[in-house]
Amino acid sequence: MPLIQVHEVSVKFEQHLALQNVSLNLNRREIVTLIGPNGAGKSTLVRVILGLIKPYSGMVVRQNGIRIGYMPQKLHIDAVLPLTVARFLALSGVQQPEVLRNTLAEVGVKTELLKRPLQQISGGEMQRVLLARALLRAPDLLVLDEPIQGVDVNGQYELYELIAQIRTQRGCGILMVSHDLHLVMAATDSIICLNQQICCMGHPAAVSQHPAYLALFGARAARDLAFYSHHHAAEQELPVKKFENIIPIVPAENLPRVPR
Amino acid sequence: MDDFVWRALIGGVGVSLVIGPLGCFVVWRRMAYFGDTLSHSALLGIALGALLNVRPQVGIISVCILLALLLVGLQQQRQLASDTLLGILSHSALSLGLVTLTFIEGLRIDLTSYLFGDLLSITVQDLYWIYGGGGIALIGLLKIWKPLLSMTIHEELAKVEGVAVGWVRLVFMLLIALVIAVAMKIVGMLLITSMLIIPPATARYFAHTPEQMAWLASIIGSIAVTLGMVMSLHFDTPAGPSVVVAAVSLFTVALFWTVLRAGNR
Repeated sequence: MPLIQVHEVSVKFEQHLALQNVSLNLNRREIVTLIGPNGAGKSTLVRVILGLIKPYSGMVVRQNGIRIGYMPQKLHIDAVLPLTVARFLALSGVQQPEVLRNTLAEVGVKTELLKRPLQQISGGEMQRVLLARALLRAPDLLVLDEPIQGVDVNGQYELYELIAQIRTQRGCGILMVSHDLHLVMAATDSIICLNQQICCMGHPAAVSQHPAYLALFGARAARDLAFYSHHHAAEQELPVKKFENIIPIVPAENLPRVPR
Repeated sequence: MDDFVWRALIGGVGVSLVIGPLGCFVVWRRMAYFGDTLSHSALLGIALGALLNVRPQVGIISVCILLALLLVGLQQQRQLASDTLLGILSHSALSLGLVTLTFIEGLRIDLTSYLFGDLLSITVQDLYWIYGGGGIALIGLLKIWKPLLSMTIHEELAKVEGVAVGWVRLVFMLLIALVIAVAMKIVGMLLITSMLIIPPATARYFAHTPEQMAWLASIIGSIAVTLGMVMSLHFDTPAGPSVVVAAVSLFTVALFWTVLRAGNR
């Protein structure tokens, strides 16, 4: 049974339809990346899956008793709130020092960082701290909203590598929103291309050639779409992922053109 | 020392102890204007209390709670921003209170003491209110401390982690209403917000954790009340404003101390 089943979900804001008939499954050991232009409803879909927004129609079925770890898009903390990294992590409810130490090692955060005020750490460190907070809850599903935001290019590669590693080692499902089309990592099992509705979904290589994707992002974006190739030794341990067929839901010619 | 001085001291310190930690959240959540609005409605509470023949504190708490609920309801519509709504509620409540008071025949209240506080006239019954109400508020705040802190940092993250955001927010608003009713006597309705904000702002310069900031705010508030009371006794200045002047003096010292220390590095 999938961790989460999204079944024909539509979301309406006032008169505007933010999501239309979206269906998808999220499984254990599977990384799903959500892409789409600005205003496509990526964050809305994430909020529906997290249970923060009730869909206008359709439903979200969550497997009983699963825990979700959420890494929000960005965290702005006012300087008026004195908050160390350690205190921020403790708010997850996990207090055991051993769990904390292991999780910090997993995401590559040095323990010296714990005493620093949250407002004074770098963008890359912040993303890792947020990731640690999500992981502390031992999640079955990890939801990452634009995890590489505000991180330099080297850091982006490292973070993707780390996320792939987390999936291998923990076997949790991962749903990731990516704003950056130029850098979708190869470890992604399937890409969902969203523009109010699901335009196409499937393996990254296949999606990048799909007419619906090309119509949405243009041929140039497809050429530029760099798959981050990396070498993970653990590949063999994973069950071989069969290439899913692409499911075209809307013919390409019916999609709105995005001005370039 | 006379009895009334002791009562003022015990009452003032009691209010400071609870208003400091609560004020920290008002500062962290940027709710200063909300505090102002609730305290401005206190006069309406006093007027209604007089009409219905109940104690002023009961009237104040009721009106504050009603106003908080009204605000939550009004925030559901999207045409007007929160600060506009607060501006409307704040000033209409104050004016309604003043107008209603003039209609109550035979009611003689000392308006100045409600507006600016009357620290030196605290009665034993007032002390019961301060320590009873203040104690409840402090226990309530301790109960919601962690979830409230979590949602102050990131509301959606807190919700995903299982915090009942709506309830915690409601309880927090009720606690502010309770504390405002209790603190009226000390600094008066026009100056209550200053006691919610100045001690926490002063404490911020010395605190490294939220909890440190909370208890430092309590201590700084208590010192300000004591100093303000001494000033009021010696120079016969109005009690409420004297307390605020003392608080802001402490704040200024903290500010200069921090700037000088940074300069010496």
